Amino acid sequence: MLESEGVDSIFGYPGGVLIGLYDEMAKSNIRHYLVRHEQGAVHAADGYARISGKVGVCLVTSGPGATNTVTGIASAYCDSIPMVVLTGQVPTNLIGNDAFQEVDIVGITRPCTKHNYLVKDVNELADTIREAFHIARSGRPGPVLIDLPKDVLAGTANFKQPKGPVTMRSYNPTVTPNTKQLTKVIKELMKAKKPLIMAGGGIISSNASQALTDFARKLQIPVTTTLMGLGAFPGSDDLSLGMIGMHGTYRANMSTGDCDVLLGVGVRFDDRVTGKTDTFASQAKIIHVDIDPTSIRKNVPVSIPVVGDCKATLDKLNELLTGENLTEIPEKRAPWLKCIAEWKAAQRLAYEQTDVIKPQYVVERLCKITEGKAIISTEVGQNQMWAAQFYDFDQPNRFVTSGGLGVMGFGLPAAIGAQVAAPNDLVVDVAGDGSIQMNIQELGTAMQHKLPVKVVILNNGYLGMVRQWQELFFGKRYCATQMDVQPDFVKLAEAYGATGLRATKPEEVDEVLKKGLAAEGPVIMDFVVEREECVYPMVPAGAPITEMLLV
Amino acid sequence: MSEEQHVLSILVEDRPGVLSRIAGLFSGRGFNIASLCVANAASEGLSRITLVTQADPLVIEQIIKQLRKLINVVKVTDLAEGPAVYREMALVKVSAKPEFRAEILRIVDIFRCKVIDVSAEHYTVEVTGDQGKITALLDLLKPMGVKEIARTGVTALSREQRNGN
Ligand SMILES: Cc1ncc(C[n+]2csc(CCOP(=O)(O)OP(=O)(O)O)c2C)c(N)n1
Ligand SMILES: [Mg+2]
Repeated sequence: MLESEGVDSIFGYPGGVLIGLYDEMAKSNIRHYLVRHEQGAVHAADGYARISGKVGVCLVTSGPGATNTVTGIASAYCDSIPMVVLTGQVPTNLIGNDAFQEVDIVGITRPCTKHNYLVKDVNELADTIREAFHIARSGRPGPVLIDLPKDVLAGTANFKQPKGPVTMRSYNPTVTPNTKQLTKVIKELMKAKKPLIMAGGGIISSNASQALTDFARKLQIPVTTTLMGLGAFPGSDDLSLGMIGMHGTYRANMSTGDCDVLLGVGVRFDDRVTGKTDTFASQAKIIHVDIDPTSIRKNVPVSIPVVGDCKATLDKLNELLTGENLTEIPEKRAPWLKCIAEWKAAQRLAYEQTDVIKPQYVVERLCKITEGKAIISTEVGQNQMWAAQFYDFDQPNRFVTSGGLGVMGFGLPAAIGAQVAAPNDLVVDVAGDGSIQMNIQELGTAMQHKLPVKVVILNNGYLGMVRQWQELFFGKRYCATQMDVQPDFVKLAEAYGATGLRATKPEEVDEVLKKGLAAEGPVIMDFVVEREECVYPMVPAGAPITEMLLV
Repeated sequence: MSEEQHVLSILVEDRPGVLSRIAGLFSGRGFNIASLCVANAASEGLSRITLVTQADPLVIEQIIKQLRKLINVVKVTDLAEGPAVYREMALVKVSAKPEFRAEILRIVDIFRCKVIDVSAEHYTVEVTGDQGKITALLDLLKPMGVKEIARTGVTALSREQRNGN
C-alpha cells in the first residue's frame, strides 16, 4: 500500500507495537532510515519532502515515540510540508485505559496537523492511507498523522488496490483561480508605477519559480522573497531585492513602504515579514494570491484576493499578458528601478572582516566554494539569518529551513533527509553551536546510512540571536545565553566516526571549508567566530518594517 | 470595528473528533462560542452544528474560512446573509408556591408553552421560540423563583424562496 503511494524511503524508530510492521517492511522495497530520536525522523522527512517534491513519511511507535514527533510535525505544519506520520498505538481494546505507552496522539496533534486519523478497523486502513497522502500533497500541503493500533496493524483485510483519484465530499481545494480576478490583477499591474512582487514558499511548493520569473521580467517588476521563498526568484537577477522582513535587505523593506501595488504570491504576511501591520505597504493596493483562503485578509487588508495554486495562477497571468502591449514598460519602470538601485547603493548587506572570523565571511566563502550550488539547511538563530543573507540562491528547493516555527535542532536531521532525496548533491547544514546540540545525535544516523552531510558550525559560544536581543533591548544583560560548557565539536565528530575540523583564524576558513566539503562521509566544521556579532539590518519586533536598525 | 452576533450553520461529517476539531479551532484562535447545538442532519452520515459567535466582520470572515478548511466540514453558511428561521428550546424549573400557581399557568398559556413536570413545589416548563421570547418568559418567571434552566442554544435553518416571489 505504501509502495503504491510512491513511498521509497521511511524515517523511523521501532517499538513494541511496531515490531510486526517492521518485520513486514523488511520484506518490501522500502528503504528505512533508522534515526536516533523521533524528532529527527520528522525533520528528516521534512527535508526529504522539500528536496524530492514527494510526501515525506515517518514511522514511530506509540506513547513516547509519538510525542517525540510533535515539534517536527508542528514545524512541517507551519511550513506547509507534505508529510504522512504513522504512529503505532496500543490495541483498540486498550485505548482509553491509560495502557502502557498509550497517549492520545490524535488529540495532541489535532491543532498542528492538516488532518489526522485513528484507524479502528483494518478494512478502513487502505482508504485512510490513500486519503492521507492525497490530503498531505494537495491544496496547501501539510502533515497528516495516522494512528495505527497494534491489532489493526496485525489484522488482515481483503486488500483491493483502490483505483482512480481520491474523491472527498468535504475536501476540494481551489486550484484554478477566478479569471475575472486575474483580469483585474493585470489591469492594476499595467497601471502601476511602483509595483512590487513578494514571493513566498507557495511558489516553491507549487513549482512556480519559472512562471514567476517570466512574469516579473515581462513587466519589469522587482521581486522580494520571504525566508521560505528564497530561491523562488533568482537572487542574482537585477530585479531581485533579496529577502524581506525583520532581517531583510534595506531595499526590500524600503520598497514596501513606497510601492503602489504589492502582489503577494504564496505568502501569508507573517508578522516577521510585515512588522507593524497597519504601516505595512500603506501606500499600496495589495493583491494576494494563495491556495489557502484563510491566509488572505488574515493579517493585512487585501484589495484583490485570488484563491488558487500559485503556478496555475502565474501561468494564467502570463497567458493574459500576451494580449497586452508591453513596449512602454521599460521606460515607465525606469524611475522606480532607479530609486531601488539607490537604496541598494546606500545600504548593502555588509560586514568587516577583522582578525577574528566573521560568521558572514564563512557563509560567503561557503557560497563561493560551492558555487552557490549546495543544498543548504539551517538551524535557527543568527546562523539561519546569515545563511539566508549571504548564500545566493538562484534556484528553488535549495534552502531548507524551519521558517514558521523556528525549531532549533532542525538543520542536521533535515540535511539528512535532503541527502536521501538527493544522494549526489552536496548538502550543508549551517548551524549554531546551541542548535546543533539539540539534535546532534543524528550524526549517528548519517554515519549508519552513509549520508555524507556536512555541518558548518558558526560557533559564537552564545545563543546568539537571543543575546543580540539582550544587547539591543535589555542593556546587554546576557542572562542564560552563554554556552559556557561546550563539547569539543571536533572530538564529538570523531566520537561518531565522522570527520571533525576547526578554524580559529580567518586565513584558515577556506582551507577548512575545502577540506571538509571534499572529505568523504559526514563532517563537522567548527568555525570559532566573532562572539558578539549581530545580524543587520534588524527591524525591532512590532516596529514598521521600514524602520531598520542598520550597522 | 464593532462586534456582531452571527449564527453559523455548519454541516459536518459525523466522525469521531469532529466537534473537538471545531471547539479546538475556536479556543486555539481565541474565537468565541456563545452557544452550540449539534445533532444529526437530514442526510446519512452528516451532522448539523448551529453555532452562535460574536466578532467583528474580519474575524467572522476568518472563522468561516478556518471552519471550511477543516477536512470534515462539508459546508458553512452564515445565516446572517439571508432570511432564516431561528429557534431555541428551554426547560425552566420554577418554584410553584400555591399563591403563584395560577399566575404561572396563565403565563404558560400566553407564551404557548407547556408544563411537562409537576411536583409539590415546582413546575417544569418547556418553551420554544426565538431568543427574545425565551428571555421574555424568563423575565416573567424570575420573580416566582426560577430554580434551574436548561437551554439548547439556538438552532436554525435558512428560509427557502417562496413561490411567486
Ligand atoms: C527549540 C527552540 N528553543 C528555543 C528557541 C529560541 N531561540 C531562537 S534562536 C536561539 C539561539 C540559537 O543559538 P545558536 O544555535 O547558537 O545560534 P546563533 O544565534 O548563535 O547563531 C534560541 C535559544 C528556538 N528557536 N527553538
Ligand atoms: Mg551560537
